[in-house]
Amino acid sequence: MKTLFNVLAVLTLLLLGYAFCQAIFIAPTEATMGDVQRIFYYHLPSAWVAFLLFFVNFLASVWYLIGRHARADALALASAEVGVSFCTIVLLTGPIWARPVWGIWWTWDARLTSTLVLWLIYVSYLVLRHYATGGQVPVLAAALGIFGFVDVPIVYMAIRWFRTQHPQPVIAGGQGSGLDPRMWVAVLWNLAAFAMLAFLFVWVRYRQALASRALEEAHAQASLDFETGSTP
Amino acid sequence: MTSAPSLWAITRRTLAKDLRLEWRSKDAINSMLFFALLVVVIFSFGFDPTAEESRKIAGGLLWVAILFATVVALNQTWTRELRNQVLDAYRLSPAPPQALFLAKTLGNFIFVAILEVLMVPLFVVFYNLRSVGPVWQLGVVAVLATWALVVNGTFFAALSIRTRSREIMLPLILFPISIPALLAMVDATTSILTGDSSPIFWIRLLAVYDFVFTIVGLLLFEPVLNAE
Amino acid sequence: MRDVVRHFGRFAALRGITADFAPGRLYVLLGENGAGKTTLLRVIAGLLEPSRGAVRVLGSENIRAVATRFGYMGHAPLLYDEMSAMENLEYFSALYGINDRARCQEAIRTVGLDPALERRVGQYSQGMRQRISLARAIVHGPELLFLDEPFSNVDLRSAKQMTTLLAAMRDQGTTIFVVTHQAALMEPVADESIVLDAGRLIAREWGIPSRLLTPYPAAEAAPHRPSADVGVSPQHPESARQDPSGTNREAQS
Repeated sequence: MKTLFNVLAVLTLLLLGYAFCQAIFIAPTEATMGDVQRIFYYHLPSAWVAFLLFFVNFLASVWYLIGRHARADALALASAEVGVSFCTIVLLTGPIWARPVWGIWWTWDARLTSTLVLWLIYVSYLVLRHYATGGQVPVLAAALGIFGFVDVPIVYMAIRWFRTQHPQPVIAGGQGSGLDPRMWVAVLWNLAAFAMLAFLFVWVRYRQALASRALEEAHAQASLDFETGSTP
Repeated sequence: MTSAPSLWAITRRTLAKDLRLEWRSKDAINSMLFFALLVVVIFSFGFDPTAEESRKIAGGLLWVAILFATVVALNQTWTRELRNQVLDAYRLSPAPPQALFLAKTLGNFIFVAILEVLMVPLFVVFYNLRSVGPVWQLGVVAVLATWALVVNGTFFAALSIRTRSREIMLPLILFPISIPALLAMVDATTSILTGDSSPIFWIRLLAVYDFVFTIVGLLLFEPVLNAE
Repeated sequence: MRDVVRHFGRFAALRGITADFAPGRLYVLLGENGAGKTTLLRVIAGLLEPSRGAVRVLGSENIRAVATRFGYMGHAPLLYDEMSAMENLEYFSALYGINDRARCQEAIRTVGLDPALERRVGQYSQGMRQRISLARAIVHGPELLFLDEPFSNVDLRSAKQMTTLLAAMRDQGTTIFVVTHQAALMEPVADESIVLDAGRLIAREWGIPSRLLTPYPAAEAAPHRPSADVGVSPQHPESARQDPSGTNREAQS
């Protein structure tokens, strides 16, 4: 397992390096916005990766409610945490992009707003996981994870309609509106690199979550043996 | 022996029991009403709109006030079940958990509806409101919107009583998920009041939201009820 | 039950309990505070999931399936303070599919109270409240009964009355589990006593031996703690049942 992890880690680093080249050097400069637009190659793949991770969280939550496996719960936790991290990247790169281009830090455009709501939903999930006490938190979190993901399409529909009613400047000018094919190449390379990175992060966090639960159980068992002065 | 009790019979019985208990103690209603009144008054200090402006913002103010008041009620209705650990008695019985969920949601719906009936005239008076669009549509929006708030609210309130910091946990997990519904109810109300646009899309969205989350809530209620 | 373990975070409340219980007997669970008695009862009744291990009750692994056949009286009253006794019972019996006022009234009379009393349960004395709680637990005629500290803060007369009632139910075939600190009260009617300590089942005997009768055995019991060859049904010929009060049975040691 460890060797596989190391191999993948090296591979990911290479991918990230190549994707960086693609984004910064190889892809053509955007006509109107100039080089600032290159942040798009981090903004968009991060959004997709975050969404994918939240979907994994949904599947893991369902799996947990069906079988109550500790692994399902660990996966749900790991995917939510890494998902929120990538979602944060989207929310940070948005304003960094918007400020030089349009002179404003934030616009309530459809995609950015939806991402913000998504972020809020999964941060509330993490708050429940980390600050609620009691042995049944995995069950409660799984329920919340399912609710949250089911809400996602509704969030997108609602905000998109709201924005067609009350339009605002759109950040991702490249939204399906004829991206140069060389730009798509850069997007895809970065997507692959970020997906690999996310996979590695989730893997590490997953193992760590499982280990910490095993530790807790061992503690309980050990304290018992200590008190009765016997070993089973 | 005895036949298995039907879902609807248990729901009805539990709802009747809850209404009776609320009538005798008035826990939820009193705190909710007072809180809502406070919110309305405080908002009126923050905003001093003209008639035209007030039509644009009244929808938002009203639903935010109702949202906060609903959270107060939600905590109360489940807290009652924790006194004397009486919730255990329900869990031990063969009664289906879904009936408890439905009964609590319906009960909360009734309480919030009472609140709305009392608050809307207040709003009309304070902000000199007159609707440009048809008023019956406001009724439809109110029904769908209230159900949207209480169906998820009841579920998350049940979820948060199993956590230690329950008063803060409920709004924290309820608000983000309710954002699309809030958007819908506020914009629908505003578009009806100002007559600027059609609320049909929002009404449809609220209907979808209500349907989806009622189903999900019914499906997931049992593990949450028995999480101990 | 087999190897039942229950954790609360890092605290292990039950540490591997294996036991079989025959029907139609009155079992008394004894042990100091924190020994795991309430936890064990809640696990058997289905209110708590074991962290590990399995429980079979009334022939079924899923106690929900046999919910109509058992009753539970908790440490807390499990009643609505703002309703009267009859209102409480009518609601709870409806959860079991019973819509019969007469049965509710009968249950209240059985525990020695007046069904016509309109007062809210919250205003009852503790003895009366415990009795209504018992009535709630038996209104649907269960064949298995769990009682968690039924005599806490109850006056002696009420407690004796409840004990007599429990013995009568046992004689009619009901299986009863009682968790209590008042071993002396149960001594005349107990069939078996089961002692828990720090989450383990450490003793199981006929009746209640005299050493367990002192209410606070903390100082005395330590040297008497029996060795670990317990955890299974004591071998006994059926004829040993002829002395149901089970007094003067010394602990094997």
